[in-house]
Amino acid sequence: MQSPTTTKQSKAASAKEHPSGDRRFKTLDMTMKRYQYKPDALIEVLHKAQESFGYLEEDVLTYIARGLKLPLSKVYGTATFYHLFSLKPNGAHTCVVCLGTACYVKGSNKVAEELEKELGIKMGETTADGQISLMAARCIGACGIAPAVVFDGTVAGKQEPEMALTKVKEWEAE
Amino acid sequence: MDLTELIDVAEAHRAKQKNIRIHCCTSTGCRAASALEVLKNLKTAVEDEALGENVEVVGVGCMGFCGRGPLVQIDPDDALYEEVKPEEAASIIGSLKGGTATALKGDVQHPFFARQVKIVRQHSGKVDPESIEDYIAAGGYRSLYKAIYELSPPEVVDEITRSGLRGRGGGGYPTGLKWATVAKMPGDQKYVICNGDEGDPGAFMDRSVLESDPHLVLEGMAIAGYAIGANHGFIYVRAEYPLAIQRLQKAIQQAKKYGLLGSQIFESPFDFKVDIRIGAGAFVCGEETALIQSIEGGRGNPRPRPPYPAQAGLWKCPTLINNVETFANISAIIREGADWYAGIGTEKSKGTKIFALTGKIRNNGLIEVPMGITLREIVEEMGGGVPDGEVKAVQTGGPSGGCIPASLLDTPVDYDSLVAIGSMMGSGGMVVMDQDTNMVEVAQFYMEFCRGETCGKCIPCRTGTVQLYALLTKLLKRQATQADLDKLEALCHMVQETSLCGLGMSAPNPILSTLRYFNQEYTELLQAPKYLNGKVAVE
Repeated sequence: MQSPTTTKQSKAASAKEHPSGDRRFKTLDMTMKRYQYKPDALIEVLHKAQESFGYLEEDVLTYIARGLKLPLSKVYGTATFYHLFSLKPNGAHTCVVCLGTACYVKGSNKVAEELEKELGIKMGETTADGQISLMAARCIGACGIAPAVVFDGTVAGKQEPEMALTKVKEWEAE
Repeated sequence: MDLTELIDVAEAHRAKQKNIRIHCCTSTGCRAASALEVLKNLKTAVEDEALGENVEVVGVGCMGFCGRGPLVQIDPDDALYEEVKPEEAASIIGSLKGGTATALKGDVQHPFFARQVKIVRQHSGKVDPESIEDYIAAGGYRSLYKAIYELSPPEVVDEITRSGLRGRGGGGYPTGLKWATVAKMPGDQKYVICNGDEGDPGAFMDRSVLESDPHLVLEGMAIAGYAIGANHGFIYVRAEYPLAIQRLQKAIQQAKKYGLLGSQIFESPFDFKVDIRIGAGAFVCGEETALIQSIEGGRGNPRPRPPYPAQAGLWKCPTLINNVETFANISAIIREGADWYAGIGTEKSKGTKIFALTGKIRNNGLIEVPMGITLREIVEEMGGGVPDGEVKAVQTGGPSGGCIPASLLDTPVDYDSLVAIGSMMGSGGMVVMDQDTNMVEVAQFYMEFCRGETCGKCIPCRTGTVQLYALLTKLLKRQATQADLDKLEALCHMVQETSLCGLGMSAPNPILSTLRYFNQEYTELLQAPKYLNGKVAVE
């Protein structure tokens, strides 16, 4: 994640700019503007925010609530309803194990168990050093190559526990 | 754009196409098996062999045999290569000059391919999903033209009604009736929504259709818009399908550029624009009222019906919601006519259905079959049966469906027959299970899913799924008594009858169907618990 840029730019910027001087708020504002600050665009804006900030911190949610003229409770309620939005930062690497039916029948739960054991964390958690996040997906639609695991956005099929472990160990060695 | 221009585009593009087309699948499944490298190597090999005059390599959508990807097919030769490794690409090109291809050759005469009837997937694996010209050259957007210029909106609705098409999302509601209801509603602003929130684990046909032939869905939506009098459509896609989203975005841009979407389509007064809405990971959003809430930017909580979305849907306007596969059928019905379509399938279930055949089965992948084919034909003939074992059950309909035992494999696959045996068509997932699968664990797996996916609005679903899961867990720990088993069944019926939306109403189905057909596995778990040092031993 990039660190918030400070003072110099904020002087030149418009009144809209976030007090922290973080330029990413400006991108967020552009997204809201594109949707004409309509409250209906909340999910699109949350997607954009998560994309640029990595996760949805309180400050970001407040900023969105003000921009779209929504109560913060509604923004918070929506952000927590959907699994994809995260209120906590994710690890540098993400490993998503598909636990859909086809993958389950072919033993993806074993892959998941082994990974949990190796990393010492449960599904949905991040290692203490912030390196690896382990997540479960309901179904990523790659049933033909079950069991599937997504390593940093790249789908890998027909995963045996050992194959997944090798990949994760590579990350750990970094 | 008018008809002559459309035909010109098609002819110009056809003239540009080379005699020999090498199709390489670039969908999610094959990508995971390095299909993009195969594609790159194929292209390089064509250049190296100086075959560019006659041969072109095209990245195409899904060919269906996902378990054996990456797939490469040579057109018009019809040779199919499976599990192609990047280093084998050159030998495939070499085979055109008389060499021998080292890649594994597939059998296109196998029932897996031969028994399919392709209506929705007709272009899939043949056209480049990222090129509108490819789609137009294959006859695309002609149905939209025909609808606008040769048919009146009521005639389009009538055509769909007569075709007997039923909703492919799982419920099986007659599509024509739905269109007619929305068309009759007063009001100037109406919406068309395409439900691409394919949440059922084990189902991936909508992903495949959107990735392989996005224009087919857009054309279907535009025809629907014309028929019901809507000028704005939304297509709601799961965020888990990034490639489908990317291809749809591209397809919409291309269609707009050609004047096939936007204002004054084909220079007629008909306007229709399509926007994409991306889901954020909530299974309940596949339910139509929840999906509408989500498009409106809120939590995906369903609301009681009536009023149905057809009466008051998106922003309280009359709204037509259909599934991806339903829209993908429209173009063919308008082109070939309702009678042709009604001639395929059974009396009450017309046309074809795509199934995602997965689990413990030899041939994994997507198949499009006429309604009425038996489960046995699908699983044993086309799927090739279970490797080293026997079929124990086939799960259809995902978390809303049920497990069909091997003894009922001769059931024809249509909406009503599947409901009669306690399952449902669902969106089309078909997961084959063998003797190693414990059915109570399967029921627990689905209940864990529903417990996590309930939106929490209504109590029967929110609390019921948690309690059902707890009872199943107790059973699996061998701590349950007959009273628990009775309670399990009673609670299933309670949740089924009192929940607000489809999620809760169908959540107990996996338990009820396994109780019905695999009762022994439940009662076996009731046997006296093992004791260890005077306490119940927990495994």
